[in-house]
Amino acid sequence: MTDAVLSAQNLVMRFGGITATNKVTLDLRKGARHALIGPNGAGKTTLINLLTGVLQPTEGAISLDGQDITRLAPYQRVRRGLVRTFQINQLFDTLTPLQTLAMTLSQQQGLGGKWWQALGARRDVTERCEQLLEQFHLSAVMDQQTRVLAYGKRRLLEIAIALACEPRVLLLDEPVAGVPAGEREELLQTVAALPAEVSILLIEHDMDLVFSFATRMTVLVNGTVLVEGEPAEIAKDSRVKAVYLGHGDEINDAIAVAGAGASSTAGPPQGGTAPSGGSAAPALSASADPGAVASVGAHTDA
Amino acid sequence: MTKAQDLLLKSARWKPWEYALWLLALAAPWLLSSHALIINEIAIVALFALSLDLILGYTGIVSLGHAAFFGMGAYSAALFAKLVMPDPLVGLLVALLASAVLGAICSATILRGSDLTRLMVTLGAGLILMELANQFDWLTGGADGLQGVVMGPLLGRFEFDLSGRTAACYSLGVLLLVFVLARHFVNSPFGATLKAIRDNRLRAMAIGIPVSRHLAVVYTAAAALAGAAGALLAQTTGFASLDVFEFHRSADVMLILVIGGAGWLYGGVIGAIVFKLMQDAISSITPEYWTFWIGLFLVLLVLVGRERLIRPWTWWGRA
Repeated sequence: MTDAVLSAQNLVMRFGGITATNKVTLDLRKGARHALIGPNGAGKTTLINLLTGVLQPTEGAISLDGQDITRLAPYQRVRRGLVRTFQINQLFDTLTPLQTLAMTLSQQQGLGGKWWQALGARRDVTERCEQLLEQFHLSAVMDQQTRVLAYGKRRLLEIAIALACEPRVLLLDEPVAGVPAGEREELLQTVAALPAEVSILLIEHDMDLVFSFATRMTVLVNGTVLVEGEPAEIAKDSRVKAVYLGHGDEINDAIAVAGAGASSTAGPPQGGTAPSGGSAAPALSASADPGAVASVGAHTDA
Repeated sequence: MTKAQDLLLKSARWKPWEYALWLLALAAPWLLSSHALIINEIAIVALFALSLDLILGYTGIVSLGHAAFFGMGAYSAALFAKLVMPDPLVGLLVALLASAVLGAICSATILRGSDLTRLMVTLGAGLILMELANQFDWLTGGADGLQGVVMGPLLGRFEFDLSGRTAACYSLGVLLLVFVLARHFVNSPFGATLKAIRDNRLRAMAIGIPVSRHLAVVYTAAAALAGAAGALLAQTTGFASLDVFEFHRSADVMLILVIGGAGWLYGGVIGAIVFKLMQDAISSITPEYWTFWIGLFLVLLVLVGRERLIRPWTWWGRA
C-alpha cells in the first residue's frame, strides 16, 4: 500500500518449535486509527515487539516511511518516530512524572548525552512537560515518585511518556487494561484526544473502545491474520464471531481459512474454546449493533 | 520560572550546608593538622566510593571488581612518576586516562546479563588485573610492590611532606573538583537517563535511549575516577603494591556505599568518613579483631536500617 507509514511484510517469529507470528502482513496508513484484536495468545504483543525491535523476526521485513527498519535497534526506531506503550506499565519508579517527562523530552531533543546542563534548564522542555502533565491529568502528582501513584495515574503516565517521544506512529498495547472504572473515563478521553496526525495501532480487548476508536481493524488468531477490514465488516464477520464466541468447528474453519497460504502450525487458538478475554465476547456482539459501529466516524473526527 | 522548572532545578541547586561542609573539609588539614594522613586516606576512599556510586547507585550496575581501576590508576601514576616525570598533576591525568581506557574495554562485559552475572564478571576482571600485575614483575615489582616512587612538588611549589598536609590538600582538592563535576553529571539529562536505565531498561530503550552506549560511557567515567583515586594513593604514599588490586578494596568500597547510602553523592563521602574513622578507632583498640566489629556494625546497619540507626529515639517505638 503506497500511503502506508508503517508496513510489515510476511513477518514470522519462531520461538523454538512454536510459531508465534506466522506470515503477518500489516499496513498502517498515515493518520490511521487501526485496531489489532484477537484472543489472548494470538500474538498481538509479539507483533508489537517485532515492530518496535524488542524482538528480531525470524523472517520478513518491516519498513517505516518506505525505509527498511527490520534490523534497527529499538532506540533507533524511536528516533524515527515509532513509539509504543506497554500492556503492563513500564515506568521509572524512582523518578517523578515530571522528571520522567523532562528526561524523555530532553532525550528526544538530542540533549540526552549532555551532562553539563541541568535537567529542566531548557524552558521549551519544561513548558512541554507542563502541557503533557496537564493533558494527562498528572499536574497534581508531578512531584511524587512514580511508584506511589494510583494505578490509573500510572497508566496515564505510561501513555504520556510515549507522547513525549513525539511519535509519528504510536503502538498502544491495551491502554485501558486493568484501569478501575473511576479512572477509566479520564484515560478514554486522552486516548480519543491523541493528535490526529499520529498514526495509531491499538491493541485492545475492550470492544467498546475498539469500535469507537478504530476506522480499520485487523484480527489476529494464532499468530496469523484472520481478516482485515472496516469495523462494520469485522463486526459482521462470522469467523471473527466464531473466534470470540468460541464455537469449536467454526474456529477451526476460521483458522484453516486464515492459515491458507501460510504454513500455520494450526491447532485451536489458545483459549479458543472458552471465550478468551472474558469481557470481549459480549462486547463484540453488543458492538455489532449498527449504532455502535456508526459512532466510529464521530469519534475519529473528534 | 515556572513551577515545573523550579521543581526540576531544585536538586541541582547547591544548599548552604553544602558550602559549609566543603569549607570545613578544605580547612580540615589545618584544623586537624595532626590527622592529615587519615584525612588524605578518607578523601581518597571517598573519591573511590563516589566513582562506584555513579555505576552502582545511579545506574544499578553492581560491581565487585572496582579495585581493578583503582589499581590501574595507582600503578599508572607510580610508573609514570618513576619512568617518565614526577609531576603529580600530569601523573594524575595519565592515570585517569589509562583507567578510562581499561574501563571502556571492560564496559563491554557489563552490558548484558543479570546482577549476578555482573558481580562475577567484574570480580573476574579484578582478579585478572591483579594476576597480570603480579606476573609483570619486571614492570610492577610483583609481590614486592613498586618501590622508589618519588613525587615532585605539587604545582612546582608544595612538597609532599611527612605530616601529610600537602597530600591531604591535594586529595581534598581533587575530590572537590570531581564532586562538582559529578554533581553536574547526575543532575543532567544524561544523569536522568542513567536512573531510567536503572529503574527500567526495557522502557529506557523504548523512549529512545541508546542504553548500551550510556552504560559504556558511565562505566568508563567511573573507571577513570576510580583510577584517579588509585593515583592519589600511589602519589601521596610514594608506593604501589598488589594490595591496590585486592578484592577487599572492591568489597570495602561497596560497604562504604552501604553505610553512607547509594544513589546519593554524599553517601560515598559520609560512608568513607564513618568507615575510615571506625576502622582507625577500632583497630587501635583491638588490632586483631577490628573486622569483627565492622562486621557487626554492618549487620546491624542493614537489619535495623540506616534511618532508624541514626535516630535512637525511634528504637523503642513501633516499627
